[in-house]
Amino acid sequence: MNVSPGIAHQFDDAGQQREAATLGMWVFLATEVLFFSAMFLGYTVYRVSYPRAFADAAQHTLLVVGTMNTAVLLLSSFVMVLAVRAAEQRRRFSLAGLLALTALLGAVFLVIKGFEYAQEIREGLLPGANFHIASSQPEHARMFFYLYFLMTGVHALHVFIGVLLLGGFALRALFTRRIAAMGTAVDLLGLYWHFVDTVWVFLFPLIYLIARHP
Amino acid sequence: MSSVKHYLQILAALLALLALTVAVAFVNLGPFNTPFAMFISLAKGALIVFFFMNMRRETPLVRLVGGAGLFWLGILIALAMSDYLTR
Amino acid sequence: MKPSYLEDEHSIRSWLLTTDHKRIGILYMVSITVFFFIGGAAATLMRIELLTPPGDLVTSTTYNKLFTIHGVVMVWFFLIPSIPTVLGNFLVPMMIGARDVAFPRLNLASWYLFMGGAAFALWAIVSGGVDTGWTFYTPYSSTYANGHVIAMATGIFIAGFGSIATGLNFIVTIHKMRAPGLTWFRLPLFIWTIYTTSIILVLATPVLAITLLLMALERAFGVGIFNPAMGGDPLLFQHLFWFYSHPAVYIMILPGMGVTSELIACFSRQRLFGYRYVAYASVAIAVLGFLVWGHHLFVSSQSIYAGMVFSVLSFLVSVPSAIKVFNWTATLYRGSIWLQTPLLYALGFLGLFTIGGLTGLFLAALAVDVHLSDTYFVIAHFHYIMVGGMVMAYLGGLHFWWPKISGRMYPEALAKLSALFIFAGFNLTFFPQFLLGYLGMPRRYHAYAPEFQVLNVLSTAGASILAIGYLLPLSYFLWSLRYGRKAEPNPWQATGLEWTTPSPPPTDNFDVTPIVTEEAYNYAP
Repeated sequence: MNVSPGIAHQFDDAGQQREAATLGMWVFLATEVLFFSAMFLGYTVYRVSYPRAFADAAQHTLLVVGTMNTAVLLLSSFVMVLAVRAAEQRRRFSLAGLLALTALLGAVFLVIKGFEYAQEIREGLLPGANFHIASSQPEHARMFFYLYFLMTGVHALHVFIGVLLLGGFALRALFTRRIAAMGTAVDLLGLYWHFVDTVWVFLFPLIYLIARHP
Repeated sequence: MSSVKHYLQILAALLALLALTVAVAFVNLGPFNTPFAMFISLAKGALIVFFFMNMRRETPLVRLVGGAGLFWLGILIALAMSDYLTR
Repeated sequence: MKPSYLEDEHSIRSWLLTTDHKRIGILYMVSITVFFFIGGAAATLMRIELLTPPGDLVTSTTYNKLFTIHGVVMVWFFLIPSIPTVLGNFLVPMMIGARDVAFPRLNLASWYLFMGGAAFALWAIVSGGVDTGWTFYTPYSSTYANGHVIAMATGIFIAGFGSIATGLNFIVTIHKMRAPGLTWFRLPLFIWTIYTTSIILVLATPVLAITLLLMALERAFGVGIFNPAMGGDPLLFQHLFWFYSHPAVYIMILPGMGVTSELIACFSRQRLFGYRYVAYASVAIAVLGFLVWGHHLFVSSQSIYAGMVFSVLSFLVSVPSAIKVFNWTATLYRGSIWLQTPLLYALGFLGLFTIGGLTGLFLAALAVDVHLSDTYFVIAHFHYIMVGGMVMAYLGGLHFWWPKISGRMYPEALAKLSALFIFAGFNLTFFPQFLLGYLGMPRRYHAYAPEFQVLNVLSTAGASILAIGYLLPLSYFLWSLRYGRKAEPNPWQATGLEWTTPSPPPTDNFDVTPIVTEEAYNYAP
């Protein structure tokens, strides 16, 4: 039986443990793709059914804010990559700092998103009793906003979970006695964070870039 | 492991693609605006997956898992749309 | 000698906080047995109601709730977890020569998610029930349902994440934890089927989760994704639901096929005929299973073109299924048959699955389905697969590995008798339903036209035999725990790494990691 530190009893060596964890994370991400895919299907179906209303509705989204937020997430992914690097090189304070910075950028994304939601709710774009929109097919434009709030909401939830994890990991990096043991975990957290970024990369044009041309 | 400079180049490429896709959205390409935007998104996604998520150094098995997620997404959308587009 | 996994520690805490895959398998076994009898009780009430044509025992609303309870509990809290979580958890690490699954704590978390989901579902049942049917079709479930749809959906949502975690665990375990020398084509076929089942669990279940979430949002907040009054399309719900639920049929049947392969090879003392084809057929079924969901929508407003595509694809699934049936039959041919209880169940599976599969072809044919849709023909068809197939295989597997799991032998003669009871009771229950459906009796009604009574009485009579058949194994398995003969390490002289360990096995399974040098089912001719 194996008693080396940092290797769970069911594994033979560190290599097997790391490979298993990486594979597990990728399988989880495949699950996540399918989790989002139902909403992407809903979007496709209704966009194909109601092209005009979707074009009208999308004019009300805030392109500048959305673009800015995309840049923030891309930047956060870059910082995350540096964090993974720092973990591999076992640089404790860089690791903690870079993780905290990634978390901060994630939080900035959420704050911007929050202001965006607030603006949209003021304009009456949240489907509900106060919903109103200038469109020849307000019912169908409302479908766009159902999907918008749903997809960005589920995405924001993923960002939120990521920020919490990043914050926790940053603290752990500061105080852990075995920084070497954190490598795989930071790696996996990085995979999750990049995945959340990638989902946004696909959401962005579907929300903000419909019928912008004159 | 790649150098910081290398990752900076990827970040620059991602931001450039973001600028490009926003700019092109203001040009009338007829029916091709959305396909073009999705193509750019695919390119950005590929950069993230292959370089940031290090897929280019992963085992064939992990690539297969990543591909499976996309392929099944394709099944869902393609077969469901075979209904919606032919009603 | 090391203590067995059952003797290692005795406290309740040591069970509830265990990360041992074998103990987790037992936890699942106890839980799903409870759910099986809850679902069975609902079925019993329905069968009693259907003894007479008028609805004289329960009201139509109660009847709606009964079949919803029966469906939800049996599908999500018995069939889907049954073989993967009980036999799979117990056997996968042992069959591949590992000490445990890749992520033991995640494995325990799966059970807690499952039980958490079950708590919501039970709460929904006792606080008034749900009358939508297990399919939760909108707008029944969103606009018109009475009862606790959201609680029930929450339960399934949570249990779904338990399924995903289980599937993920098995995929990683089978890839990364195999003993040296245990290549893919030396694996027992049970492992192949658990692997392919896990792929379905991981890729299909998240779609169900988000679909139920959308449905619950529609019910609670009026989000109109599926509401035609708000520009939504109720058929989108059906597409998404069946994208999960049709592959879920294969979640339920593939592990049964794996168990059957093990049993038939062992009790005919032959290497499984066409091993590679049976292995590939499992993969083919898993993949093709994702391409056929539209055959549940033939009588909806789905386009005729899509209907034709789905019809053709549905016929394709019969090819790998038939490959398996032919290979099992060929294995039995000129085998040295040892007619023990597990083989009785395997033979039952073989026959009943074939009937269930062939009648599936009727339903995959567009024109015939219009006549048979939503009749008892459909009920009979999928019960032949689910009960005739999966439950038979589960019981067969339970008898086969019971000596390994419990360290005791069950009483063979009584077990054979109950296997016959179950086979006879099952056929008497469900064969008349093929005829009822063909004659046009619709499903999901508590009252029916008097000309259907004879067949319904036969069906109810069969159900009572079936009920006795199910109570017998429950009794003698419990009896054997105390009074059964002590089991040898390998009472069936079977091949496979799990039989090289003591019965019951120690917590770490193997003292030394085994090295595999031969193919599976290397039975001396």
